[in-house]
Amino acid sequence: MNNMKINKSLNLISDLLNADKIEKAKTRDGYGKGLVEAGEKNEDVVVLCADLTESTRSHWFREKFPERFIEVGIAEQNMAATASGLASAGKVAFISSYAAFSPGRNNEQIRTTISYNNWGSEKGREINVKVAGAHAGVSVGRDGATHQALEDVALMRVQPGMTVVVPADVHEAQKATVALAERPGPAYIRFGRAAYPIFTTEKTPFEIGKAYVITKGKDVTIAANGPLVYKALQAASELEEEGIDCEVINNHTVKPLDGETILKSVKKTGAIVTAEEHNILGGMGSAVAEYLSQNHPTPQEFIGTRDRFGESGDPEELFEKFEMGVSHIKEAVKRVLDRKK
Amino acid sequence: MPIHAIHDQKVKTLEKEANEIRKSIMEMLFEAGSGHSAGPLGMTDVFTALYFHVLDHKPEDPFWEERDRLVLSNGHINPVQYATMAHAGYFPKEELKTLRKMGTRLQGHPHRTALPGVEATSGPLGSGLGVAAGMAIAARMDKKKWRTYCIMGDGEQNEGVVWEAAMFIGKEKLNELTVIIDRNNIQIDGFTSDVMPLEPLREKYEAFGWHVVDIDGHNITEIVDACRKADSIQEKPTMIIANTIPGYGVEFMEDKFEWHGKPPGSKEELSKALHDLRTLGGRINSEHE
Repeated sequence: MNNMKINKSLNLISDLLNADKIEKAKTRDGYGKGLVEAGEKNEDVVVLCADLTESTRSHWFREKFPERFIEVGIAEQNMAATASGLASAGKVAFISSYAAFSPGRNNEQIRTTISYNNWGSEKGREINVKVAGAHAGVSVGRDGATHQALEDVALMRVQPGMTVVVPADVHEAQKATVALAERPGPAYIRFGRAAYPIFTTEKTPFEIGKAYVITKGKDVTIAANGPLVYKALQAASELEEEGIDCEVINNHTVKPLDGETILKSVKKTGAIVTAEEHNILGGMGSAVAEYLSQNHPTPQEFIGTRDRFGESGDPEELFEKFEMGVSHIKEAVKRVLDRKK
Repeated sequence: MPIHAIHDQKVKTLEKEANEIRKSIMEMLFEAGSGHSAGPLGMTDVFTALYFHVLDHKPEDPFWEERDRLVLSNGHINPVQYATMAHAGYFPKEELKTLRKMGTRLQGHPHRTALPGVEATSGPLGSGLGVAAGMAIAARMDKKKWRTYCIMGDGEQNEGVVWEAAMFIGKEKLNELTVIIDRNNIQIDGFTSDVMPLEPLREKYEAFGWHVVDIDGHNITEIVDACRKADSIQEKPTMIIANTIPGYGVEFMEDKFEWHGKPPGSKEELSKALHDLRTLGGRINSEHE
């Protein structure tokens, strides 16, 4: 354990940087638990699924609330449209599938029947459809590129009124699911397939639209989301031993972006690396760049896939091949520090 | 509330109302300078029957919780919905002249939050059926008495999502849902039989578990009766195939796919259209009086 200044108010696990011993879980497990929790709190919560009920962890909700679960078959477009109708009649509808299909295949239905249908809603009349895209990113692994959505965040964040959240671990996924059920309007929440380190706890705060500074630092900001948050922490830990002081931010909400927290950080550090398991075109890094270029132009390096499709393989091998490993984050930090000079 | 049988006297009144609505459609389209003519004219009798007899609704209270819901899936024929809503008292007829103009509540395609009474944003074809299914399921879950109606085009049946919804609605045995297809045999590129043959349309929906009925889409009594029958059918959704004449009432537009997507282009065309509609009025009167 080194001297990294970990934000104690986040109640993270105690042995945060012991990567060999850290427990892992699938973020979609958090989604499944979150659905049940949201369903217990609000009887208007309904869940639709397109023949991937267990895989998306929607089956726990189905077991608990069968009368509020709707199986639409392998039909993502109709799932989105049906959810829109349910929502306009007062339901909070979660639609579960893989990100490549939803919001991939049904993008236009989400645009017209959910986002635009919601646009201009009076308070209390919003279209509360929450799109849950599982199996996003190259860490889908062996299924290969067809199932590795790398553009879903880009697709969703360009829709007016859409909230976009990419949780970092299983606890955060659960909290985000419950929070989205309570937040008016449409939303997208994204999960990977593999099990990722559990570094937050049940006591870690979570609020949509609020980025969390995990480690305080002065040399460079690393804003990450999804499975890359923990990798960013590992990179920061190794860099600390080289005398580079990193401020790692969990930037789980891509939209609405917490520009304030990012701005405060880069005003101090003067350089930023964004890290996400997504195409560097159009994702969280782009959102940060759009914000900073208008408010405080800052040298930025991007970690993510570089405008290419994925492929089959072991998730960790793929993180390395697609330059999203710990070593790549470290290199990006050094590049951006060079540019800062 | 059950739909009452319709008597001849009211049929006659509604036929006259439909003709007035057609005049409004021609005037608003001419004023807008763009928009679809054939579909709205062809579906005016269906809309008149729905808004003036079938639907349980309150034009003065468009958000009334217990109202029947109507989803216009083929959103491009919305001039007929706007005109019918104005005639039914949702908003002043004068506002029809704002169609498609900047700042209007009467957007080029239906937008839910722009105009109270529009239940769903639509335009990109096919999705309205699933939206309507979602509403019908919500009513079923909450044990509500209101009913969901969905209007679709025949060309729209080309869309894959329609068949996803058709399968799903059949599976759910959604008898809370009544769908009306405007079977006018035209779409933008030509006759539906050339662009993408649909027949046997009735058998297709029957194979998906629907109750299907063919009607004359210009016969108010048949429209109302089909909706009444749909109300009483158990364990099956209803598909009403309304056979219509696109451009109905305006002779030079009737059955011409060229008029699918454009408005009367000149004052001469508008006055010719209005003249035809006046003549149609005479025909209606002579048939019944």
